[in-house]
Amino acid sequence: MDQLLYASATIVIGVFGCVAYFFCSNLALDLIFPPRGEHAGRNINIANLIRPWLFLFPALALLGLYLVYPVFNSMWLSLHDATGRNWVGLDNYKWLFNDEKFRESMRNNFLWLIVVPAASTFFGLMAATLTDRIKWGNIAKSLVFMPMAISFVGASVIWKFIYDYRGAGEEIGVLNALAKVFGVAPQAWMTLEPWNNFFLMIVLIWIQTGFAMVILSAALRGIPEETIEAAVIDGASPFQIFMKIKVPQIWGTIGVVWTTITILVLKVFDIVLAMTNGQWGTQVLANLMFDWMFRGLDYGRASTVALVIMALVTPIMVWNIRNARREMS
Amino acid sequence: MDNIVGQRSALTWAVNFAVIFMVVLWTVPTFGLLVSSFRDRDQITTSGWWKSLVSSEQNIIVRSQEPEKNVKDGDLYVLEGNIFDATSGEVRAFGVNSREPMAFLPGAVAEMAKGRTMTVAENGDYRITSVEEMTGTRGIRIFATSVTPPKFTLDNYERVLFSEGIWRSFINTFTVTIPATVIPILIAAFAAYALAWMEFPGRALLVAAIVGLLVVPLQMALIPLLRLHNSIGIGKEYLGIWLAHTGFGLPLAIYLLRNYIAGLPREIIESARVDGATDFEIFRRIILPLSFPALASFAIFQFLWVWNDLLVATVFLGNTEEQLVMTGRLRELLGSRGGDWEILAASAFVSIAVPLLVFFTMQRYLVRGLLAGSVKGG
Repeated sequence: MDQLLYASATIVIGVFGCVAYFFCSNLALDLIFPPRGEHAGRNINIANLIRPWLFLFPALALLGLYLVYPVFNSMWLSLHDATGRNWVGLDNYKWLFNDEKFRESMRNNFLWLIVVPAASTFFGLMAATLTDRIKWGNIAKSLVFMPMAISFVGASVIWKFIYDYRGAGEEIGVLNALAKVFGVAPQAWMTLEPWNNFFLMIVLIWIQTGFAMVILSAALRGIPEETIEAAVIDGASPFQIFMKIKVPQIWGTIGVVWTTITILVLKVFDIVLAMTNGQWGTQVLANLMFDWMFRGLDYGRASTVALVIMALVTPIMVWNIRNARREMS
Repeated sequence: MDNIVGQRSALTWAVNFAVIFMVVLWTVPTFGLLVSSFRDRDQITTSGWWKSLVSSEQNIIVRSQEPEKNVKDGDLYVLEGNIFDATSGEVRAFGVNSREPMAFLPGAVAEMAKGRTMTVAENGDYRITSVEEMTGTRGIRIFATSVTPPKFTLDNYERVLFSEGIWRSFINTFTVTIPATVIPILIAAFAAYALAWMEFPGRALLVAAIVGLLVVPLQMALIPLLRLHNSIGIGKEYLGIWLAHTGFGLPLAIYLLRNYIAGLPREIIESARVDGATDFEIFRRIILPLSFPALASFAIFQFLWVWNDLLVATVFLGNTEEQLVMTGRLRELLGSRGGDWEILAASAFVSIAVPLLVFFTMQRYLVRGLLAGSVKGG
C-alpha cells in the first residue's frame, strides 16, 4: 500500500510540477520582457520568440534523452565490447553476419513481415466489409477488436492452451483435440519446425486484425456514395464493387495499416519469449537482442542487433515523415 | 444499396454466417481459458474445457488407508474408507488388479488373494476384509472407473491471488501504470499546443521529427537508458520506469494531440488572442477543455500499453516481490508452471481483466484515437 501512496504522491508532484513549471516560466518571461512600457513592441516580439520553446522544453528534453540519444549511444556501443568500454571496431558486425542464430532470426523476421501484416490486413478488411452489412455488426466488431486489449503475454497464455500437448490420455488443447477428430496424431506444435513459427504468428494476427478492421471500416465508410451507386446502376456485382470500386479508393489507408503492423512485427518479442523463447528455430531479432542483453550480458552485440532492427524500420520512418509533410503543406 | 433484389436474402445469410464464424474464431481462445480458470484442477488436466458441462469419466488408481489400521469385526479384519478424498464422484466399476481394472460393478464383492475380499460402493466407500490381521503401511491398490460431475470453483483465483503473489503484482502494475499514464499527458499537451498554434522557426521540422520518433524501436533505447539509469542510481526504481514510459509515450501523445488541437476552430483561438489572453491562458481555458476527447484517447492508449508491457518492465524494474509486474509474473509462471493450467488461466484472467474493462467501457475513445493516429494520407 505504501507503494500506491508513493505512486499517488508522484502523480500529484508530477502534475503540480508541470503546471508550476509552465506557469512560472511564462510568468518569468512576462516579467523579464513586460508587454508594456516603452519597449512593449520589442518585448512582445522577443517573448513570442521564446515562449514556444518554454512550452516545448520538457517534451523535447525527454524525447531527446529517451529516444534520440539512445540511437547514437547504441551506434557507439555496437563498436565496443561486451562491457561497453573497449573499442572493438566492426567485430560485432562480423560476428553478427556469421552467427547462426542471427540468420535464423532474419529468416523468421522476414516470414513474420510477410505473413502477419498481410493476414491481419486481409482479415481486417473482411471483417470491416462484412460487419458493415449486418445489424449486429457493432457487437461483432467489438468482439473481434477485443484481443487488442490483451497483453502479448496474456495472449501467449491463451494460445499456448490451444496448442497444449499431452501425449498420453485425453488432449485438452483445442488444436490437438481437433487433430484427433480429423484422424491426425496429436503433436507438440511448439516444437514442430518450421511450422511453429506460423503458430506464433497466428497469435499476433489474432491481436492485430481488430486494429486493421477498425481503421479500414472507417475508411470504407468514407467512400463517396456516388461511386458505389454508379457501379450498382452499371450492374456491377457486390464482389466487383468491392474489388474495383471500394478497395482502390482505400489503398492509402491499407498502406497505413500495413506499415503500422509491419513496425509492430519488427518489435515483437513478448510472444516469442513467452511461448518458445526462441527455441526450435523460432528466434526473432527482438528476442535475440533481449537474449544478448539479459543472458549474454553483451551490450556490444545486443546494440548491434538493435541497430539492425532500427535499420529495418528506417524506410517506413522516412515514408511516414514524407506523408506527414505532404499532408501539412 | 448494393443489395440487388432477389440476391439479397441469400447474400445476407452468407454474410451473417461468415461473421458468426469469424466472431467465434476470435472469441473462443479467450473463452476457453476463461472457462478453464473456473474449473477444478483435476478436471482441467483430464478433459477438454469444451466438455466442462458434461460429467467426466476417468480411470483412477487409489490406495486404501494403511492396512495396519484395520479393525477387528467379528472373525474378520476390516479396512474401510472412501476412494474420493476431497473430490466427489460416482463409481461405475472397480477392480483389484491392473489387468482387469473394470471387472466388478459397484457393490459386488471381489475375491482377492490370501482370503481377502474387497467391495466398493457407488459413492466410493470401500470395505476390505481379511481373515488374518493385515499389516504394513502401504495401502492396498483399488482400481476404479469414476464419473465426476462438472465442478466449478473460485479456488484457482483464491490461490493465485493470495499464495502465488498475483495480488502483489497487481498492486505493482498499478503503481507503474497510473503515473506513467498521467504524467506524459500534460507535457505532451503543452508541446502539442506549441506545435499547432504558435509560429516559430523550425516548427515543421519538429513535427516531422515527432512523426519519425513514433516508430523508433524500443530495443534501441534499452541499453543506453539502462546504463544511464544505473549511473544515476534509478536503475531498478519506480521513478526510472515512470520516466521511461513517459519518454516512450510522448511521440504518440504529441502527435495525437497536435492533430486534434490543430483541428480546433481558428476563430476561437484568435478571438481570445484579440481579447488579450496570453498563450498560457488560451491553453488552460480553451485548449485543455476542448481537447478532452483526444486526451482521453491517449490516456487509454498509454494505459493499455503500459499495463500490457513486458519489455520495459523487465529492463527497468527488478523481479523482486515489490517490483514484479503482472506480465512479468505471468511469464515466470509460464516458465515454472507450464503445465498447471488452473494457475496460468486464473493468473492470465486477473491480468487481462482491467484492460478488458477499460476496453469495453471506453471503446469509443480508443477507436477515435486509433483513427486520429493512423488515418493519414488516406
